[in-house]
Amino acid sequence: MTGSAPESATAGGLWRPRSSRLRPSRLRPSHPRPPRPRPSRRARAGVPIGLLLPALIGLAFLVLPLAGLLIRTPWSTLLTRLGAPGILDALRLSLLSATLATALCLVFGVPLAWLLARVDFPGRTLIRALVTVPLVLPPVVGGVALLLAFGRRGLLGPWLESTFGITLPFTTAGVVVAESFVAMPFLVIAVEGALRGSDVRFEEAAATLGAGRWTVFRRVTLPLIAPGVVSGAVLCWARALGEFGATITFAGNFPGRTQTMPLAVYLALEQDLPSAIVLSLILLVVSVVILASLRDRWIAAP
Amino acid sequence: MTDPTTTVSTRDAPQGPALDAHLLVDRGAFRLDAALRIAPGEVVALLGPNGAGKTTALRALAGLLPLSGGHVTVRGRRLDDPAERVFVPADRRNVGVVFQDYLLFPHLSALDNVAFGPRSHGASRARSRAVAADWLARVGLADHTHAKPRQLSGGQAQRVALARALAVGPELLLLDEPLSALDAGTRMDTRAHLHHHLAGHPGGTLIVTHDPLDALILADRLVILEAGRVVQEGDAATITAQPRTDYVARLVGLNLFRGTASGATVTLPGGFTLTTSESCDGPVFVAFPPTALALHPHRPEGSPRNVWSATVAGLQRHGDHLRIQLAGPLDTTADITPAAAAALRLEPGSQVWAALKATETRVYPDSAD
Repeated sequence: MTGSAPESATAGGLWRPRSSRLRPSRLRPSHPRPPRPRPSRRARAGVPIGLLLPALIGLAFLVLPLAGLLIRTPWSTLLTRLGAPGILDALRLSLLSATLATALCLVFGVPLAWLLARVDFPGRTLIRALVTVPLVLPPVVGGVALLLAFGRRGLLGPWLESTFGITLPFTTAGVVVAESFVAMPFLVIAVEGALRGSDVRFEEAAATLGAGRWTVFRRVTLPLIAPGVVSGAVLCWARALGEFGATITFAGNFPGRTQTMPLAVYLALEQDLPSAIVLSLILLVVSVVILASLRDRWIAAP
Repeated sequence: MTDPTTTVSTRDAPQGPALDAHLLVDRGAFRLDAALRIAPGEVVALLGPNGAGKTTALRALAGLLPLSGGHVTVRGRRLDDPAERVFVPADRRNVGVVFQDYLLFPHLSALDNVAFGPRSHGASRARSRAVAADWLARVGLADHTHAKPRQLSGGQAQRVALARALAVGPELLLLDEPLSALDAGTRMDTRAHLHHHLAGHPGGTLIVTHDPLDALILADRLVILEAGRVVQEGDAATITAQPRTDYVARLVGLNLFRGTASGATVTLPGGFTLTTSESCDGPVFVAFPPTALALHPHRPEGSPRNVWSATVAGLQRHGDHLRIQLAGPLDTTADITPAAAAALRLEPGSQVWAALKATETRVYPDSAD
């Protein structure tokens, strides 16, 4: 057989004629593929109890709270509660701020990931560790740190206010900043991983064709890592949507201005449990719908 | 810079050889030290075993790897010279590369792959696409302009890669193992196709390969690289007739020995002597083809002057005959018919007598050192 098209298509669509012949290629579902031998029934029945039991408990642990939410939802009064004042405002603010935060993370995070993956500079390991700090930092501590940096008496706050007239704390912009701070590491890590996994020889080939580094990035690197960027952005967006600690510390809890859905849920929990459940349900539905709609298209199962 | 969007044949070429280079690259234990010169329009093959430094040389010429010393000069323009602190990066050299596995951009169509170079050189989108369409037509792929690389066969991908490299009118074209990713059937066609296009390329061409057939068919001149050094160069006829290293001798299928000649007698390093038909004096190479050796179960009587006892070290099928590896005073290979092998009851470890006629040997001076 010659190297016909289906044989030459490997996972990710990269054309690698040699490897595609040496190992079974992971074809996309649209390509014809030989039926893969399924594990026999006996092999599947042989799952050891020591693995099966913890696995099932773990699954239940993840699913039960969601079930509880659904079971306790006041379905009969759902529509009237949805119309309650403040809920749509909080939802709109949450979606808007999470989207803006994701955009901000993309604009600054993708170049940062490129720098970490492609440029060898002293202190790179340290910088990479610093980038991941917000990931392990308690979000409340992040909020305090943001206040110390961008607050009225913080490091940059007075300068921002006097030069640009920008005040961040306790504003909608502050919500976006808090969410970006917490969510950016997710994007940077995902994109850096995608960059490390992508073949730099494509970039070299582009350079031999006369493309400078910016053109190479724009026309070759970015399209090749697009799936990684999108999945990073989705993770980033989901994290921003659920952000609570840093937001309430840095931006406060003003309805219509800085009160996002998680904050509204927390507030409602103290006053009116059914409302809190409805708000939680909305947040759950929105997240699941967006993740599910992107998953098939962009986020490849490992 | 010349206008990169015009096709190469029409533009005024600057003066000087297409390539004048002395490549010095230090990479820890490995050191590349090779001088290369290519005239405009000339096709040179850089041939060598794996690990000889061929790919390192190609990367240095393309500007993907800076030299440790020496220089790269293309058409009189110095591209790399550590002593002068000159280094022109890959994107500002007019050097085209066809990579081993082509590296066609998977997200772009064949047309956009070929248009990438002209576009990067500043041509408008429409102009780049026109140039690309022209090149795809020239390599016979006018019907595949909108195909993505994964929809192309190996031979087609190779043509797109060639068109992509040529579309910017490179003064120097580098091809890295251009046919190794193809299966045998496609290889023949693609080799002929490549030969046609390289012959029409006005710039210099360097083909890096470990396949002697590709080198002999595609190149005007061969440069043999071993362990980072050029061990022999010349046209195909010279190299096949007078190999200077074991590697080259094996490539062209000859037994090769180095010795000292005195008249028609050559003394090899172990003290073994061979009688030859030509007379020579001083350090020489002695070469003879595997078919020149006759094997006998007993010491032969009669004319052969060179007779020795050997041990069969291995047998393998080679075309329609058997190639016998012989150990003994001389490590040689002999080609015999299967019938003869059966009559001799040859198997690894068998003792045989080897006979070599003086008239079958070639002797030439070892003047390289």
